[in-house]
Amino acid sequence: MQNLGADRTTDNSVGSVGGAQAVSGKSPILELSGITKRFGRVAVADDLSLSVARGERLGVIGPNGAGKTSLFGLISGDLEPDAGQVSFDGHPIGKLDAAKRCRLGIGRTYQVPRPFEKMTVFENVLLAAQAGAGLEKRAAHGHAFAILEETGLARLANQPAGALGLLQRKRLELARALATRPVLLLLDEVAAGLTDPEVDELIGIVDAASTGEGELAIVWVEHVVRTLLATVDRLVCLDRGHVLADGAPASVMADPRVKEIYLGSEMELSGHVGGRGRPGENEEIGDIGQAGQAAAARR
Amino acid sequence: MSDLALRPERVAAEPVFVVSRSRRPASWAGVLGIVLVVLLAVMPYVVYQSLTSTLVNFFILVTIATMWNALAGYAGLVSVGQQAYIGVGAYAVLIAAQHGIEPFVAIFIAVGVSVVLAYPVSFLVLRLAGAYFAVATWVLAVVAYLLVLRYPSLGGGTGAPLPGLGNIGATLLGAYTYWAALAVAVLAIVAVYLLLRSRLGLVLTAVRDNEVGARSIGSRVTGAKRMVYMLAAGGCAGAGAMIAISQLNVQPGNVFNVQWTAYMIFAVLIGGLGTIEGPIVGSIVFIVLQQTLAQYNAWYLIILGAVAMAIAIWARRGLWGTLVSKVPIHLFPVGYYVHAEPGVTERRGLARLLFGPARRAKRHPTAPTPSGPTPSGR
Repeated sequence: MQNLGADRTTDNSVGSVGGAQAVSGKSPILELSGITKRFGRVAVADDLSLSVARGERLGVIGPNGAGKTSLFGLISGDLEPDAGQVSFDGHPIGKLDAAKRCRLGIGRTYQVPRPFEKMTVFENVLLAAQAGAGLEKRAAHGHAFAILEETGLARLANQPAGALGLLQRKRLELARALATRPVLLLLDEVAAGLTDPEVDELIGIVDAASTGEGELAIVWVEHVVRTLLATVDRLVCLDRGHVLADGAPASVMADPRVKEIYLGSEMELSGHVGGRGRPGENEEIGDIGQAGQAAAARR
Repeated sequence: MSDLALRPERVAAEPVFVVSRSRRPASWAGVLGIVLVVLLAVMPYVVYQSLTSTLVNFFILVTIATMWNALAGYAGLVSVGQQAYIGVGAYAVLIAAQHGIEPFVAIFIAVGVSVVLAYPVSFLVLRLAGAYFAVATWVLAVVAYLLVLRYPSLGGGTGAPLPGLGNIGATLLGAYTYWAALAVAVLAIVAVYLLLRSRLGLVLTAVRDNEVGARSIGSRVTGAKRMVYMLAAGGCAGAGAMIAISQLNVQPGNVFNVQWTAYMIFAVLIGGLGTIEGPIVGSIVFIVLQQTLAQYNAWYLIILGAVAMAIAIWARRGLWGTLVSKVPIHLFPVGYYVHAEPGVTERRGLARLLFGPARRAKRHPTAPTPSGPTPSGR
């Protein structure tokens, strides 16, 4: 653990150079400082610090169990940190529940969509416009319908949400989050389970939303790195609750540690390598890193 | 007329659309409901008192089943302690009557006292979820029962007769009781209907479907639950008041009996959880079974249990829920329907009530046509 800590501090210095403050000089919309969250012995966030600027698009990658979804839980209020501070727009929000954070302007989607199945698509989005954006009556109807048009769901307005397929459910999840008029949008594995053209459609919707709404900051967690590289301004690689690398997408992907971690875990998933590559377990890492690079070279 | 229709700011084209509360006008259901209530209201003039007193029990069951449905079917609050508020209602009427207040007037007091009492209690029980909430409500009901036993003026464990109704003739008292029970049941249904039609209703139906999702888009879920908890307390107190008046006697072992909660759960599950119509249908089934099987003693309970199991296995959404899944009938329009066809205009006033909110060139039974960017056919 000592070793890991040392690694992280060096990464942080790299991060702040390529990160939010350097990119724009604007005050951060979201700031996490020293967040720690453990489930038993597993740390999903270990003294994690991260900031997101207004209007910034931040991609978050990392192997399974790196703490990506938990990070969203900590930001959106579904999880309570054991230690550390979450600030939104300069105000601490650690004491607020998920609904209050949403009303402040943090919208989120879930990896597995959570539609209100017996309600219609329109009702799903209407509630988001009423509860999340605080709109009333006709203003809420109009906003909800406009969002349905943007997300290509207008045709399905009167369908029960339970009847939708996966792509439409993901669209609805996105539409609901957008209807709350977020300033910060958290997208959790939007691309998972979709084909490439379907993913492109969703990216198009997110693109339109983030340019249309002014300063919408996006934090986007994705396992499929390809999706992210095309869209984000900045990339963070998480591993076991740490920020492993933080900076411009190209430089993060070029980071040898990221390569090792990412390829190492991918190899493990596909069953080629028995052990997991980790920084701090130096000998093993070298081997797996080489194995990973060799595998990449073969392709 | 076009200024009445909504034009979303961000869409340039012609997407005029109208939002209504049901796909087709549901005013016929409203007319049917009023006719039904009027028919029920004249019953004391045309039928024997044995039937009206059965109907009083039916109205009481409809009231408490409707309340339990609001709690469990929408707010996700599985209470097994609603008998606490039935008891509070009954004893509120008893105490008021002992102080010279007309029992029929005291129904309002009973409801008011119960709602006020439920407010602080809600902070206690709403901290708990699932089975913990269920147990806590039951414990509170037992506590209320044990508290009442300590007051000799309320008759302690044997209970007390309800004063103040002795000077009314038996027939007239039966009719008054019948009308009061009918009014309580109708008000309970109307209250739940209006709650579900309100802005809070959308939150409640969302909580029914996915509570985490509802919270994640900013819904004030706890506030909505508190509202339902207090409404259910008031409704059950109304039913408790009617039990006291119809039996002319308040016994703690009766009004605080957990069997009341068993009845409401039975009626709601038989009829269909999470629909307004379900508890009414379930109550009809329950009362019919009770009346036809009462003479068979033990068989009555066995058949009741068998019916409950059969429905739990073969019609899990309850009778009404299963029917609605096959034939879309909605007697209580609480949803939102978007009419978004080209050339749609909005009706107002009486025309809206009679013919629905949207007028269009040709009637299409299909969903609204796309008027914005169209998804690529998936």
